Amino acid sequence: MKRDYREDFPLLMQNETAYLDNAATAQRPACVLEREKAFYETENANPMRGFYPLSLAATESYEEARKTVRDFLNAAHTEEIIFTRNTTESLNLVAYSYGLANLKPGDEIAVSIMEHHSNLLPWQMAARMTGAKLHFLECEQDGTLTEETLTKGIHEGTKLVAAAQVSNVLGCQNPIEEICRRAHEVGAVVVVDAAQSAPHMPIDVQKLDADFLAFSGHKLLGPMGIGVLYGKRELLDAMPPFLTGGEMIESVTREGAVFAELPHKFEAGTVNAAGAAGLAAAIEYIQGIGFPEIMEKEEALTRQAMEGIAKIPHVKILGSERPENHTGIVAFTVEGVHPHDVSEILSSDGIDVRAGHHCAQPLLAYLGDNVATRASFMFYNTPEEVEKLVDSIASIRRRMGYGE
Amino acid sequence: MENRNFYNEILTEHNMRPEFKHELPDANIVLEGKNPNCGDDIFLKLKVEDGVITDGAFTGDGCAISSASADIMLGMIIGKTKEEALQLGELFLKMIKGEASDEEIDQLEEASALKDIAHMPARVKCAVLGWHTLKEALKDQ
Repeated sequence: MKRDYREDFPLLMQNETAYLDNAATAQRPACVLEREKAFYETENANPMRGFYPLSLAATESYEEARKTVRDFLNAAHTEEIIFTRNTTESLNLVAYSYGLANLKPGDEIAVSIMEHHSNLLPWQMAARMTGAKLHFLECEQDGTLTEETLTKGIHEGTKLVAAAQVSNVLGCQNPIEEICRRAHEVGAVVVVDAAQSAPHMPIDVQKLDADFLAFSGHKLLGPMGIGVLYGKRELLDAMPPFLTGGEMIESVTREGAVFAELPHKFEAGTVNAAGAAGLAAAIEYIQGIGFPEIMEKEEALTRQAMEGIAKIPHVKILGSERPENHTGIVAFTVEGVHPHDVSEILSSDGIDVRAGHHCAQPLLAYLGDNVATRASFMFYNTPEEVEKLVDSIASIRRRMGYGE
Repeated sequence: MENRNFYNEILTEHNMRPEFKHELPDANIVLEGKNPNCGDDIFLKLKVEDGVITDGAFTGDGCAISSASADIMLGMIIGKTKEEALQLGELFLKMIKGEASDEEIDQLEEASALKDIAHMPARVKCAVLGWHTLKEALKDQ
């Protein structure tokens, strides 16, 4: 059933600007907002603590949300789903817990050059603290990681590979299945940043054979402050806790503690149960539309934008020439105009985009651009909004004093 | 569709054809100024003799607002004493905060072309980068 999904999003109905910064954070449908509100109005108590009905209801909502995420990722076990604040926290959890316990001096950590800082800085930290070395997997200009790069860069000395499933700048999709196969051949584990992929394509962690995979709720139409870490059970079981404190213990004595079983071992303190319930509502909303329709709509918008921008002189699109390799992300540069001025002008025309280094400074330095402007689409965006974007970009150089 | 004309002629002129964006081999003060969030990165180069700024220039990359603001600034401070230059800097910051009187804004000559920044919080750092770097550069003198 095709319909106008914009009606489901209160902010989009009230706001006249073209919101094209979806890769930074998406908008939320009313069902997500209502779910969070309902949690606080009818189920609010501290989950997993009380024995009274409210606390049991809160616990049930929280654990149901975990099952929804498990189905969404096709994880083998529900306890492989850890709730965190966001992708950044998930990745830090792996770096501090798995990384510090398993990396040794001289081990290599292979990191793709296109990683968001959140899948790079934790590994820089782990390398510093353990004596392991970072090795960068460098992509082609269009974002492709070649088979040769993977074979050479992931070898017997590699103990961990960190890779985004989709680049937040180029929008290209990395061959995670092949990366996992190669990494497992040499005995390394793979940490996948799925922040930009989870909202736009089906993910099957068993098919990918990923060891760890992280995403954020807020990019997936869910609330801010709730994120997910998937990890293989045998790995998570063997890992030390990340944060310690309440909720994550079996028993505590004056000298020590026995930690709780998975997944609670990694969920110290009062959890974001309302956020988890909201995230589950977002996942159900997305499943209700279905990825085939979402992907078709987003690819059509991307194609329209790329074809329009390609006709504008002095404007360059970063990454592949093929819209299907962009996952709704179109980063571009306007010759002679700084991205902050580009986004200022777009903003004055009622278009919201992101400008700057996109938390991927090593990639932009590697590509030679340093800064860029990024438009990113969601299925609720419209061809009219894309047209407005293209028209505004076409006017920028003139408005900055470059003549016609 | 083009609702707001913030990028006025003064600003675009100084951005496109800066007078002071060049090397300054005999500079005796060089200081880098950076806005880590946006990637604005300028090198302010000054020649100061007997407490007077006798020459100045800047190099580096930045947005139109940071470049134009630095260029306008240099045009105003060359020939001035350090104290006069710093006082103009204070005035500029006051204008950017939206606290300057019309009379004070007039004293800022061309720099007054940036007064609307007061309503653009995201760009304040760009506009003050040059002035902030100037203050740092003269501080230790």
